[in-house]
Amino acid sequence: MSGLAARLGFARTSTAVDQAGWGHSAFAAVICLIYFFPVLVIILTAFKEHADALAVPAKLFPTTLFGLIPERLAFTPTLDNFVNVFSRSYSAGSEAQGTGFARFFFNSIFIAGSSVVAALIIGTLAAFGFSRHPLKGNDTYLFMILSTRMLPAIVVIIPVMLLFRVTGLSGTYAGIILLYTAFNLPFAIWMMKSFFDELSPDVEDAARLDGSTDRRVFFKICLPQVIAGLAATAVFGLILTWNEFLFALLLTGVETRTVPVAMSQTIGGDIGVRWGLLAAIETLFLIPVMLVTFFLQNHLLRGVTFGTVKR
Amino acid sequence: MSTIQLRGVTKRFGAFTAVRDVDMDVAAGEVVCLLGPSGCGKTTTLRIIAGLEQASEGDVVIAGQRMNNRTPEQRDIAMVFQFYALYPALTVGENLGFPLHAERISSQERDRRVRDVAGKLALSHILNRLPGQISEGEKQRVAVARAIIRDPNCFLFDEPLSRLDVELRQTMRGQIKEVLQGLSKATVIVTHDQLEALTMASRTAIMRDGRIEQIGTPHEVFAKPANAFVASFIGTPQMNLITADLLRVDGTMAEIAMEGTTVRVPVDSAVAGLKPGRITIGMRPRALSLVSDARVQAFSAQAELIEPMGAETLIHARTATGDDIRVVLPRSRRVTIGETLHLVPEAGLTHIFDQTGKAIRA
Repeated sequence: MSGLAARLGFARTSTAVDQAGWGHSAFAAVICLIYFFPVLVIILTAFKEHADALAVPAKLFPTTLFGLIPERLAFTPTLDNFVNVFSRSYSAGSEAQGTGFARFFFNSIFIAGSSVVAALIIGTLAAFGFSRHPLKGNDTYLFMILSTRMLPAIVVIIPVMLLFRVTGLSGTYAGIILLYTAFNLPFAIWMMKSFFDELSPDVEDAARLDGSTDRRVFFKICLPQVIAGLAATAVFGLILTWNEFLFALLLTGVETRTVPVAMSQTIGGDIGVRWGLLAAIETLFLIPVMLVTFFLQNHLLRGVTFGTVKR
Repeated sequence: MSTIQLRGVTKRFGAFTAVRDVDMDVAAGEVVCLLGPSGCGKTTTLRIIAGLEQASEGDVVIAGQRMNNRTPEQRDIAMVFQFYALYPALTVGENLGFPLHAERISSQERDRRVRDVAGKLALSHILNRLPGQISEGEKQRVAVARAIIRDPNCFLFDEPLSRLDVELRQTMRGQIKEVLQGLSKATVIVTHDQLEALTMASRTAIMRDGRIEQIGTPHEVFAKPANAFVASFIGTPQMNLITADLLRVDGTMAEIAMEGTTVRVPVDSAVAGLKPGRITIGMRPRALSLVSDARVQAFSAQAELIEPMGAETLIHARTATGDDIRVVLPRSRRVTIGETLHLVPEAGLTHIFDQTGKAIRA
């Protein structure tokens, strides 16, 4: 196969296609398309006029390709939806107003980012402690930490709401960040502990004999070895908090509202569900998580397959 | 002064005693090998010296100072680990420079010392690579280089060559010995390979079940084993140890009933003090000579298995009473399976052990 590719003049050193062969690659492409199709529909919808968004059969092509594609399957792309995300007129003929979505996007990024970073810092330190200096009843503590995630969120929502009301955390950044950090911590601790457990104790002994304090061993020797774990933990935590709806709905205020909550409040209005607008919000909402995952992908691959391959 | 002293060091893990009452002195410039079968406590002893384990009893004295309560980083020791324990996230150069952190020297000085030690162990070309990208032999040299870059109180090596192939092992053995000779530090090497122990050590300590059975120069432990265990552990092929009856001692000649015959063998004068009775007689496979006919000093055995080893041939023979005897003969002496061999223990190379296994020697 690679010979053919070379003769056709588009062979690089060794591509994924070279390794897998054309048949496998085509098969993988079809599978990918099936999985990606809903996302594709949302992204396409974001560029449609309201009428196009409602059309049956769905208009899947942003162009007629010089008449190759029937008129009824094509639509003319527009950026109106994206403009409307941030400012629009609420009734016909009235002045366009800011929708506050810039603020909501900032909130989502700030809240998810802070809670993931906090969970990573606290979780990594705790995991190192659990792994290297086990307490009496270490496993019991670990189980108790994990057990906080065993109750369905809906069960704890009322106590949490009361707690937030009493402490004045309701509607504040600190409150929701604290809550999300607590959500992410059990996972972060368990995940990072399994990474620390895998490290060779000899390496740390060697560092200690070479005159390193515990702190230096942790930062210089251990931490660089678990970057894959940090990346995987960060992405999982980010996706969890990024998508979180229930607690955000009940515990954030006007100032601290996140995108999922704001999005739900966009549904409805004078002309029914504005699918184009929703799709535009969703498309924008996808971008940050996709970027993070993309930049961490090399580490992630090792992180999520961790433990599945015996070294 | 770089010295190591162990005083009555004992280490217990729960009910299990890994190291029992070990006394050992390592002088500056001396290399002591701890040798023994798996699980004999040699690595635990090394880790106690390093401070990675705490002794349950006894004292660890390094460079004249009692170290029991000092942490590893306060002991100023350089150690080479069995699996090298290179820092995976640091380049070879950073690995080498890592121990210099505590010395607060300028970065130029640090670079100079890294380059020096890298030159000494032929690592200059791989300073920018990560440990995952270099060969086993190179990893080994990085581990040694990282140990010698400082000027520590003493050196510890834990099975330093066990991961290398035979050829590389020989080269590295020489290289490590050469490096150590130039440093005049107290050094302890743990190994289960007696060849390694005998070639690299000034003295070898043979351990069993947490005890040091004998400590002496390579020559001493081979020629004058303190007991039957050391005798069987040191030397390849293994020494023949045969249960026999001591009948009579006449000066330095003993009359011993073994293998259905009575042989007269020259023995150490101290054997005269032993009462007649059960003993163990030890004869190295190379300390048996073949004679053409049955005679008074000889016992006989039938050749069962012949293993050519190049210059010599190892013959497994069975005596009339069923003992397995190993004999090494020069290649020129051809033996066939089933042939009856008449063997004479060589004068002065026969070891007598009493019933407790202790060697009887003046």
